[in-house]
Amino acid sequence: MDLFTASNVTKQYAAHKALERVSISVQEGTIFGLLGPNGAGKTTLIRIINQIIAPDEGELLFQGRKLLPQDVEKIGYLPEERGLYKKMKVGEQALYLAQLKGLSKSEAEKRLMFWFSNFEIMGWWNRKVEELSKGMQQKVQFIVTIIHQPKLLIFDEPFSGFDPINVNLLKEEILSLKESGSTIIFSTHNMSSVEELCDHIALIDKAKKVLDGNVKEIKRQFATNTFEIRFNTFEVELRTILPASFEILESAIDDELRIARIRLPRAAGPNDLLTQLIPHVTIHSLNEIIPSMNDIFIRVVTEQKPES
Amino acid sequence: MRKIFLIIQREYLTRVKKKSFIVMTILGPLLMAAIVIVPIYIATTTNEMKRVAVIDETGFFREKFNDSDNIKFHYLKTDIRSAKEMFSHGEDYALLYIPRTDVTLPTNAILYAGTQVNINVRSYIRNVMSRRIENLKLEAQLRDLSTDKTKPIHVDDLLQSIKTSVNISTIKIGADGEEEESYPEVSMILALFGAILIYFFIFMFGSQVMRGVIEEKTNRIVEVIISSVKPFQLMMGKIIGVALVGLTQFLLWVVLTFIIIIGVTSTFSTKTISDTAQQQVTYQQNQVLNPGQLITSGQESEKREGVNHVLEAINTINFPVMIGSFLFFFLFGYLMYAALFAAIGGAVDSESDTQQFILPLTAPLILAIVLAQFIIQAPNGTLATWLSMIPFTSPVVMMVRIPFGVPYFEVAISMALLLLGFLGTTWVAAKIYRTGILMYGKKISYKELWKWLRH
Repeated sequence: MDLFTASNVTKQYAAHKALERVSISVQEGTIFGLLGPNGAGKTTLIRIINQIIAPDEGELLFQGRKLLPQDVEKIGYLPEERGLYKKMKVGEQALYLAQLKGLSKSEAEKRLMFWFSNFEIMGWWNRKVEELSKGMQQKVQFIVTIIHQPKLLIFDEPFSGFDPINVNLLKEEILSLKESGSTIIFSTHNMSSVEELCDHIALIDKAKKVLDGNVKEIKRQFATNTFEIRFNTFEVELRTILPASFEILESAIDDELRIARIRLPRAAGPNDLLTQLIPHVTIHSLNEIIPSMNDIFIRVVTEQKPES
Repeated sequence: MRKIFLIIQREYLTRVKKKSFIVMTILGPLLMAAIVIVPIYIATTTNEMKRVAVIDETGFFREKFNDSDNIKFHYLKTDIRSAKEMFSHGEDYALLYIPRTDVTLPTNAILYAGTQVNINVRSYIRNVMSRRIENLKLEAQLRDLSTDKTKPIHVDDLLQSIKTSVNISTIKIGADGEEEESYPEVSMILALFGAILIYFFIFMFGSQVMRGVIEEKTNRIVEVIISSVKPFQLMMGKIIGVALVGLTQFLLWVVLTFIIIIGVTSTFSTKTISDTAQQQVTYQQNQVLNPGQLITSGQESEKREGVNHVLEAINTINFPVMIGSFLFFFLFGYLMYAALFAAIGGAVDSESDTQQFILPLTAPLILAIVLAQFIIQAPNGTLATWLSMIPFTSPVVMMVRIPFGVPYFEVAISMALLLLGFLGTTWVAAKIYRTGILMYGKKISYKELWKWLRH
């Protein structure tokens, strides 16, 4: 079931179009990656989902019905540009933000106590935010984002400003949130985290959605039927034993073994390659080359360029 | 509604807990109390002899102005024109002119002086005149009663009917003989004081709103908050929260100032006030028997009366009206400006970028406070009337005018226009604010602001 859908969302700023007929649908209990180069319109879409700005056109559905103003209490949002009141005490501030999300004071207090002790920052409750390290502030920020147990969580560039240790911590938290039933939308430039975390992605470029779907399916779709083989026969010229339709992309020598990347014609499979090679060489390994999300991202975005 | 209340609460509490707020709360009343107490102190300590020339065209006050400790009266026989000429060259402190009246008893007098007339001198003259006229009225009443024995005597009515208030206008004569009407000191002080206070409050609390908005923007917390509440709620919450801080400060100032003034003056004036009250009673009782008694007793307590004169003058000011209108013009003047201050805060990235917007915004306020000294000379002139109608200047200019008396309908129109001004600026500000707070790292021009407004 879709927890959230946006259909044909358009947003025009004075001179430029920020979003043009963008549609996404986010399944309940999954992690949805919103990708795209800088200035593509991701943050605009996220702000529209958070009802910070209104779309010019398009329909937004939440839990199967129209998105309502009070739904902000069911959404948790960690913006890209985020911070806290520097002069305010940590606990007081967390309480304030939790209450703004609709929690009663006592409930907010109870839950904050739990999370603060969970993150081992209980001792900071009465300290001012400016005394905290950046990583510590991010933790507080994360807590107040999820404190009201939102159905939908939106993280805009959540990893920016985190060191690698905290990035891992955050990834674990995001995965455990997913396990506990939350639905998550997040936008990022960090493609490796997309592969680790996301079930679905949508790629936005120049205000338009250019790609979306299940991560595994997209990768398969972008696979080029290329295989990497390692073998130990040095005197054979590969070109002479393979049919012309088998394209050799790369050939190199690595210590003991030779490595080659071969793109197969559409109809051929790995077995066809092996049948051709086995009579001549000793195969050590064969792997299919699956494009990384990074490759796909670059390919899609650069392919878009000439159109503009 | 609950959320806007939460915002108001945060804005209010974080500000009143600040050290600067507490310091201001203590320093303000000390300053204000000083403004009230120092003139009293001066009034009671100056012993310089003042010569006052008297031209009494009515003849009612012949030999009635007795010299006091520091006022010497001498009567002139010339007409007023030559007296004025003589005055500019002579050494007299003031020239009292009581013009002839045909039918009624004289209740108007003009006091010419080279400088502002000392409040003591004026009070003394007013006292002498009103008592003399009250005596005359009483005599007339008693004559009536003695001729018509059948008429019942109501003492209260009688006392009421002889009560007289004398109006003394003061005119400043310059060295070149130029004349200029001057207004009672207390009204002038109050006018300037109220105007400066409003100016200062709007500026101080308006820029607090602006700084608060900039703080939220530079701290990058604003987007977190507006994912929970509407930008308009955040803006209004902040404006109202700061307004409450301003009101708290003002009320604390008023209360503390009164406590200080009462504390200081009671050390030497509680006795005086009750004395005077006593005197008044005995005077009214004894008057029939001994009409001359009062002035003598007045002389004895002249020094202590100096204090009372100032307090009396303060008492003539209608404080509920003053404070009521101050609160209205402060509140709505502030609300109108604060919305625009919030818009500026939302549009810029840091406080250093605000200058180009603050100056045009506050220009009307600055103009109003600069013009206040001229308005005070002609509080009902055309300029004053217009400026007290335009919402951008009316809070300050109205405060200048009110102590001198302004027709109620003018105040009502001014208030209505200010209310409209507030709604207008809030509408404009909300549009700029909600776009501005999401823009980072962009230098904003007026052209840009115009675009946001039309969007």
